[in-house]
Amino acid sequence: MIRINCRREFTHSLGDMSQSNVARSAPDTAGAAPPTTAAAPLLRTSKLTKIYRMGDVEVLALDAVDFSAGAGEFDVILGPSGSGKSTFLNLVGGLDTPTSGEAWFLDHRLTAASESALTRYRREHVGFVFQFYNLVPSLTARENVRLVTEIAHRPMRAEEALELVGLKERMDHFPAQLSGGEQQRVAIARAIAKRPDLLLCDEPTGALDSATGVVVLEALTKVNAELGTTTLVITHNVAIRGIAHRVINFANGRIASIEANAHRLPASAISW
Amino acid sequence: MRALHIKLLRELRRLWAQVLAIALVMAAGVATLIIGVGTYQSLERTRALYYEANHFADLFAGLTRAPRPLLDEIGAIDGVLAVDGRIAKLALADIEGLTEPASTLLVSLPDGGREPLNQLYLRSGRLPEVGHATEAVVSEIFAKARGFVPGSHLRVVMNGSLRDITITGIALSPEYIYAMAPGETMPNEGRFGVLWMPEKALAAAYDLQGAFNAVAVKLLPGASLPAVTAAVDRVLAPYGGQGAYGRAQQTSNAFLDSELTQLRGMSSVLPPVFLLVAAFLVNMTLTRLIALEREQIGLLKALGYSSWAVAWHYVEFVMLIAIVGTALGYGLGIWAGNGLTVLYARFYSFPVLVFSRDPILYVVAGGITMAAAVIGAVRAVSKAAWLPPAVAMLPPAPPQYRQVLGARTVVRLALPQTWNMVTRHLLHWPWRTIGGVLGMAFAVAILVGSIWSIGSMNFTIDYIFNRTERQDATINFLGAKPVRALYEIGRLPGVLAAEPQRTIGVEIRSGHVKRRVAVSGHAAGSRLTRLLDASLVPVVLPPTGIVLGKTLADLLGVRPGDTVEVTPLEGDRTTRQVTVTGLVESYLGLSAYMELGALNALFDHAPLISGANVAIDTSREAELFAALKATPALGLISLRAVSLERFRETMAENLFVMIGVLVAMAGVIAFGVVYNFARISLSEQGREMASLRVLGFYRHEVSMLLLAEIAVVTLLAQPIGWFLGYQLARGMVRSFSSELFTMPLVVSPDVYVYSSAVVVAAALLSALIVRRRIDRLDMIAVLKTRE
Ligand SMILES: Nc1ncnc2c1ncn2[C@@H]1O[C@H](COP(=O)(O)OP(=O)(O)OP(=O)(O)O)[C@@H](O)[C@H]1O
Ligand SMILES: [Mg+2]
Repeated sequence: MIRINCRREFTHSLGDMSQSNVARSAPDTAGAAPPTTAAAPLLRTSKLTKIYRMGDVEVLALDAVDFSAGAGEFDVILGPSGSGKSTFLNLVGGLDTPTSGEAWFLDHRLTAASESALTRYRREHVGFVFQFYNLVPSLTARENVRLVTEIAHRPMRAEEALELVGLKERMDHFPAQLSGGEQQRVAIARAIAKRPDLLLCDEPTGALDSATGVVVLEALTKVNAELGTTTLVITHNVAIRGIAHRVINFANGRIASIEANAHRLPASAISW
Repeated sequence: MRALHIKLLRELRRLWAQVLAIALVMAAGVATLIIGVGTYQSLERTRALYYEANHFADLFAGLTRAPRPLLDEIGAIDGVLAVDGRIAKLALADIEGLTEPASTLLVSLPDGGREPLNQLYLRSGRLPEVGHATEAVVSEIFAKARGFVPGSHLRVVMNGSLRDITITGIALSPEYIYAMAPGETMPNEGRFGVLWMPEKALAAAYDLQGAFNAVAVKLLPGASLPAVTAAVDRVLAPYGGQGAYGRAQQTSNAFLDSELTQLRGMSSVLPPVFLLVAAFLVNMTLTRLIALEREQIGLLKALGYSSWAVAWHYVEFVMLIAIVGTALGYGLGIWAGNGLTVLYARFYSFPVLVFSRDPILYVVAGGITMAAAVIGAVRAVSKAAWLPPAVAMLPPAPPQYRQVLGARTVVRLALPQTWNMVTRHLLHWPWRTIGGVLGMAFAVAILVGSIWSIGSMNFTIDYIFNRTERQDATINFLGAKPVRALYEIGRLPGVLAAEPQRTIGVEIRSGHVKRRVAVSGHAAGSRLTRLLDASLVPVVLPPTGIVLGKTLADLLGVRPGDTVEVTPLEGDRTTRQVTVTGLVESYLGLSAYMELGALNALFDHAPLISGANVAIDTSREAELFAALKATPALGLISLRAVSLERFRETMAENLFVMIGVLVAMAGVIAFGVVYNFARISLSEQGREMASLRVLGFYRHEVSMLLLAEIAVVTLLAQPIGWFLGYQLARGMVRSFSSELFTMPLVVSPDVYVYSSAVVVAAALLSALIVRRRIDRLDMIAVLKTRE
């Protein structure tokens, strides 16, 4: 068991958390049980609700969701289209604000944070990976990663991050010169280079074929194992559920059920 | 309405700000075209009609005196259609409420019947009655300035005796559209006027019964002006003829000519610049719009729309923009044109002067604008409209970015990646970047090219009033006097210093070129009136030879050491050869100078002076004026302070209106270019910017991407704009310069600073407006979609 001392500064408006120590226990790659959640969970929501208003129509996208995840956890989120998965991820990632309810990162309330505090939160603590990569086309792979390492507090080197996702050889290629899977791995490298506490992935394999998807998933599990990053992965692909500590099932804006995997599968064992 | 038209209108509404920015630039082009050409047309056509209707003469000559029957001899010259002999005399006037004397030109009206040439246009009142020696009609601008109405009185010194004149009417003449006292550089509306009086009255006062001292000639169509001029000169020579001259040298007509030249200069430079920028903006905006609608184009074609139909759809889009721009331009142009016409009517006296309503002008202005817009669209449209539908529906190939300095450059600049994004984005669209830079540069250039004239004008004022003609006043005798008259002037109350001056009207000639100018004789050591060379160093008049103003020397094509022929216009009309012994800078009119002794030696051998330049103790001004009025034989006084004030007023009003308009238009260009540039850049990079926000970049950091791009374009534009602006100023000097007036090409550094400041401010304004959009970027929406 490795213990990673995670001492970070957090946004001023969210309060001073430079004293807080997050104890993370990163399990071995194929470890069985979910990591033990220490005193406080890393991420917690309480009655988190999001209502979209479009004229007279109200869409209840998220309906009072209670959730918590400990440090080092790897969770897969499943659910039918429109069940509120992305909405949930965006809220806990600080990209959006809820209609009601609360979300906490450690002991800091995201739901009370200002716009610039949320920016600071994303900058310091959260890594995102999306279905459509969202790389900057005018920057090479290495430069895309540097974009983040330049503004993060204690980042790893861009080359290191790219090596972690197996892209050391293609560092100086522009996104247009990379395959979809490679682009997605650059996106992952970019997301983890800041050593985030939280890695949020919205359908990272959605645009990839099975073999490429597996390579990307391997990169995610590897990061989770080696850095102890708490990882939430949204997917439509039920086959992926096996690699998670826990599987969260969304339906109609609620968490319908949560299952814990007694045995995690390595990503290489997955195919679809 | 057809579906495509609905799409068109929605598109216009969505892009309203960009559309408006482009339309404003077009409007500026249309407006400058309408103002320039419209004012030109108004002045030119009004003048032509006025000349025609009131029988403006083609040829003019002054003489000492000739018997009336001589007119028949002139009338018999080949090519002469009509001839009019008149009495014209300069006279001092004493006007209630004006301390210093004013000068008037007295012109005779035929007893009975209308004037055959240069007919008056009577604005109000009536003509003087034959036999009423004390009645006169007065020129309108003078009357307005002095508040004269029919029934008002003024006193005029006619041939030494003071007469009370009753004004019976107010009139205009095609001969004095622009009225200026002889020897002045600017019209002095309250201090110089024309009085038309019955011939009998003038003949009696000046002892010219049965005689005339001025002649005007109308030529037959197709007659040769030089031939008739020579013939008239021959006939008048024995009568003290002062040399006949055509319309080109008739003061009023020449000033109008130079005004027209300036207007033509303006309308040939500015509108093309605006339309060029507008065409470029159309191209830039449409290229982006079409890139975004590529798939829709594919779809339309798959649905069976032809390539032409698709192309026409976008052409309609830019035509609508052009229509908005043209409509705004018409409004702006007519408004400013009317304003300018009112301003012109203050200096130029026409029976009616209205701003051009020629429909052709408006049609052409609109047509040119439409053409510029469509030309701007052609490239963008033709690239997209002819794509096969299947290709169009695919997303375009991803942009191929390059590294600026190869991947393995030894020196890796440790620039932030955001700077990489900025430079690569700018380099990826080189034509757009160049277009943006040039657009901004044009804005700077227009500013430099207009603001500099303020400095130039101040330089001219300083040059004339502080450096060369430093006297407080000039007293001009009504004829030459012996040198001792200077002492008489020196003894006048309040006169601190007096320097003699002799002015002789001559015809100066070199080869085929000849001009009528006044040669001024000054004492070699004159301190009030000085001559300066090109580098502003005082020139001491050499004891022999003639010193020419640069404009005149250029015109004659002579340099120091060359010889010119000089023929006096009065008295002994034999031609003398004089060596050019120096050149001086001159900005107003054609000038020639000689040392006083040398001048007298050259022409009459008797030491005579025609006036004096004086320095005055201003606290005793009133006393001086009273003394001058009491001794009218001394002559006319013209005050520098008054001239300066008038000069400033005239210039300031004309210039500031013009410059105000141009500054506003340059601002519109700068704003339009930056705004469109920024919006397009935002449209292309919005997705990346949202991604950066997701990655934890603050709003201000993301905004920097766009602001840096704008900053780079703005900075690059400055030196180019300065250079172009200087060229514009040079072009203006060339196209504005006439024999009457040369602009000194002085562009001081602050002109560049002000110009850049205006453009940077406009750029900043549009950047801040676009920045608000960056702040509102929707991160989530962007992440959901593939580009
Ligand atoms: N900006 C929005 N405006 C209005 N309604 C929205 C908006 N974003 C999401 N919704 C609605 O909220 C609900 C939840 O959307 P969400 O994107 O979270 O679903 P999801 O589970 O991620 O679906 P998918 O698997 O298709 O991505 C849906 O009904 C959706 O229509
Ligand atoms: Mg989703």
